[in-house]
Amino acid sequence: MIPVSYYLLLSAVLFAIGVFGVLIKRNIITIFMCLELMLNAVNLSFVAFARSFSLFDGQVFVFFVMAVAAAEAAVGLGIIVAFFRNRLTLNVDEADLMKG
Amino acid sequence: MELIFFLFLSIVCVASATNILVQRHPIYSALSLVLTFISLAGIYLQMHAEFIAVMQIVIYTGAIMVLFVFVIMLLNAKAEDKIPDKLSFLKYLGMPLVVLLVGVVGVKVFESLSGESITTSSILDVTGNTQAIGKLLYTQYALPFEVTSLLLLVAIVGAIVMAKKEL
Repeated sequence: MIPVSYYLLLSAVLFAIGVFGVLIKRNIITIFMCLELMLNAVNLSFVAFARSFSLFDGQVFVFFVMAVAAAEAAVGLGIIVAFFRNRLTLNVDEADLMKG
Repeated sequence: MELIFFLFLSIVCVASATNILVQRHPIYSALSLVLTFISLAGIYLQMHAEFIAVMQIVIYTGAIMVLFVFVIMLLNAKAEDKIPDKLSFLKYLGMPLVVLLVGVVGVKVFESLSGESITTSSILDVTGNTQAIGKLLYTQYALPFEVTSLLLLVAIVGAIVMAKKEL
């Protein structure tokens, strides 16, 4: 049997990669993909804990996280398209004005 | 055997997740992310979370990533430029912080949970977990379930408003 800590460590590594991606990437789409990666890392620890406590509540929460991620992807990509239409770039460093 | 399977999947997972950051073109990042999601689905299968594994493939790789690839193609995204010099210190500042994050979480996890292992409870495997999740979803979590549908409605409206030419 695999200890639950292995799953949590994998989850932590994935989350950290996601955080690092948000920090170093300049392309707004890649940053958004790193956000999805962080959500998945959290899902992994939810499922690991659900398994370790022999409960299904954790898996139900993963279901909710997925629904929120789908909603977020739809709205977020809409924002990206609107952003691109206004500035003709995907670089987040260009988005430094509230109005412009 | 089980451990070898897990290690293989987690190495694929971490390697493809790292590849997201290495690649400069967003389409390659998106394809790496698909591989990450699929290997995560394999890990869920291994944990006997079959429903979640299927949802992972259907929703994440099937819906969300297709949407991503669609937007990347639509906007004709180019490979991103090198980070300008005035910002490159962020890279060197970020790396130790990320390693620190993993270190702190790892130490805490191994301190508090090193003894516990994933149990193969007989209850979990009898009925197949989709039925059990469905029961929970419509009894104990009925209100959050309904609120989620409201959230999806708001997201639909939001996406349409965002994509409209004139607000």
